[in-house]
Amino acid sequence: MNSSQLLGITTLAYLLSAMLYIAIFVFRAKKLGLIATVITACAFLINTAGIALRWQESYQAGIGYAPLSNMYESLVFFAWAIAIFYLGLEWKYKNRILGAFSMPFACLSMAYASLSPQFGKEIKPLIPALQSNWLIAHVITCFVGYAAFAVASGMGIMYLIKDRKANEAPGSLLASLPELKVIDDIIHKTLVFGFLWLTAGIITGAVWANSAWGTYWSWDPKETWSLITWFVYAATLHARFTRGWGGRRIAWLAVLGFLSVIFTYYGVNFLLSGLHSYGGGS
Amino acid sequence: MKKTENMVWRFFASVRLALFSLLILATTSIIGTLIPQKNPPEFYVEAFGQRTAQLFQMLDVPNMYNSWWFISLLLLFSVNLIVCTIDRLPNVWKMVVMNNLDTDPERLEKMPHRQEFYARGDAAALAEIATGLLAKNGWKAEGETKPTGSLLFSQKLAWSRLGVYAVHLSILIIFAGAIIGSLLGFKAGVMIPEGSATDTVYETGTEKPIPLGFTVQCNDFKVSFYADGTTPKEFRSNLSVLENGKTIIDKRSIIVNDPLDYKGITFYQSSYEPMQGFNVVITNKATKVSQSFQIPFGQKISWPEGGIDFGVINQEVRSRMGDVNRLKVWFSDGQGDPSIFWMANNATQTISSPAATYEFEASQVYATGLQVAKDPGVWTVYAGCALMLIGLYVAFFLSHRRVWVYIVREEAADRCRILVCGASSKNKIAFEKEFAALVECFTHDSTLQNA
Ligand code: HEM
Repeated sequence: MNSSQLLGITTLAYLLSAMLYIAIFVFRAKKLGLIATVITACAFLINTAGIALRWQESYQAGIGYAPLSNMYESLVFFAWAIAIFYLGLEWKYKNRILGAFSMPFACLSMAYASLSPQFGKEIKPLIPALQSNWLIAHVITCFVGYAAFAVASGMGIMYLIKDRKANEAPGSLLASLPELKVIDDIIHKTLVFGFLWLTAGIITGAVWANSAWGTYWSWDPKETWSLITWFVYAATLHARFTRGWGGRRIAWLAVLGFLSVIFTYYGVNFLLSGLHSYGGGS
Repeated sequence: MKKTENMVWRFFASVRLALFSLLILATTSIIGTLIPQKNPPEFYVEAFGQRTAQLFQMLDVPNMYNSWWFISLLLLFSVNLIVCTIDRLPNVWKMVVMNNLDTDPERLEKMPHRQEFYARGDAAALAEIATGLLAKNGWKAEGETKPTGSLLFSQKLAWSRLGVYAVHLSILIIFAGAIIGSLLGFKAGVMIPEGSATDTVYETGTEKPIPLGFTVQCNDFKVSFYADGTTPKEFRSNLSVLENGKTIIDKRSIIVNDPLDYKGITFYQSSYEPMQGFNVVITNKATKVSQSFQIPFGQKISWPEGGIDFGVINQEVRSRMGDVNRLKVWFSDGQGDPSIFWMANNATQTISSPAATYEFEASQVYATGLQVAKDPGVWTVYAGCALMLIGLYVAFFLSHRRVWVYIVREEAADRCRILVCGASSKNKIAFEKEFAALVECFTHDSTLQNA
């Protein structure tokens, strides 16, 4: 068994998990609840084992690095972070419908990592600039933040769906979604959590850049886009706690913010160029 | 006059302006990620046409993050932040230090969380019981006797209200650090061939020479590759620092991510350049006499004391940069035929002639590429970053919670009314639970339930 196989299984397990949660929502199949949670927890553990095994394999290959150093590995970690964040959310709010709007992100991330021919999955040696503990801290903090933002956008979508037909009859599909007030609260808490981690991510990135090149900030496109994302979320949070925004507007901003995250993460690597272009497929 | 002053002040103190400047900063920042920065003017003419390029130059688009208008936006943002803080901080500060035992009883009746009880007995005795119950729930109370009854008060994390201001201050500290760095620091680069030294570096972008005030010498540079032969594994320079003829730092190794710092100037390993030449060490194994040389490619070199002539007559280059993989050596000590052989770069070859045995060590000469930075603002920036993280944590996850217990003697009914009430600065749901636990405790106390 090698890490690619384990991570392949992870992809299937997240797919199963996402489908179960969607089934719980769409068919109101409450009985599937426990199974969905168990499958998700197992998928998460297999994901963890896959990362750990890849780590070990890199040592066996005589390279030895934390598997957080290229696009493939970061997508795998992204899925991992979404899964654990979601499990925490489910545990806290005791609501499995949230899974229908969260786990698809983990599934998509893994599927994209596994299936896209764009990035190599082989363990490649690290160029000197990437050999830094700050890089590890940077990737972890950023992706924990991104995971929260992914879930927040899922909750935003859920809010917008529910709100559009708020006055539907009780017992209908949308009535099974949490109350708008609750979704709004989850969005806010998730954004706040993500914002703290994104801030830490930008800071650790700056410290890394400073130790490698002597400049903590050079306005390269990746840095700039992470700052743009940070501005978007800062504005969102201020709109909420100082101007009392909530509901639809914040839900939309949660979605917009996540689009900015995707662009920072994906768009910059493939559409723009800069220091971080090592993250690309080549 | 007063009125316009007030309007200007209100404008700069408004959060609406903050939202506006955050979104403007976000959108304008995109420009510089789409249009490549800091290229020569010809580049823009070629890529965007004469007209557009002219417009770009006018608006400083090629260097937009340092342009007058972008800096002005940052300035507006800072002024907004400062004015907003001056506007609000005094009130928040009052909230932190105020004496909550002075709270108007009318206001207590309107607290977001309240519960009332009735009990027999006198106010002072009941206050004592209530103090105990509060303490049991982790609320350390202080009390005061009022003409109308007894008031108890307890709070947690009052200072957490300042978290927001720590975050806002941290942004200004980071700006200050960046300004210090750009006024008093520099970014430069230099290439130093092995065995050479320099006291001057060249500013990035302008190539303006910057004297260091001391000398940096590169004793040795090594690049190692992974098994695939092309991915560099490590760049390692061995540097010395000399000042006024004295060696201050002797033979310190630096690698990427582990720079050398002297007098606030930091030397980062960033690149290297192979040179057309070799470092050679020849040792006569019998006499143990040894000599090192730095020789150019394709030239015959003589070492009269050793009676030896030698040279590198061919080389096999690995990369476009000119890294030598193997070199072909011609070697003669005048006895028998000269030795001609291929050897790997960075290796030692044993040569046997009728007269003696030699060790021949050869490695290509490299120049180490250093980035040189002086940034006296960096620790200010880091301090700002640390404060920001702490401040965000406090602002998001800690809340100022207050509870009061107000005991009023109602003579007519021969009982006391006990009002338990509280408020929290945020995270109402969590506080609701905390408050409910406290109320529960009061409910279960029989002496508080006997009327
Ligand atoms: C990107 C920059 C900024 C960041 C990261 C930031 C961060 C924060 C945070 C974390 C809070 C606390 C939220 C809470 O209570 O849960 C806050 C509140 C606030 N911010 Fe900012 N802020 C920024 C820029 C600004 C600017 C430019 C202004 C200028 C007016 C401003 C005005 C305020 C105000 C008025 C509050 C509410 C304070 C209160 O609750 O009393 N912020 N900010």
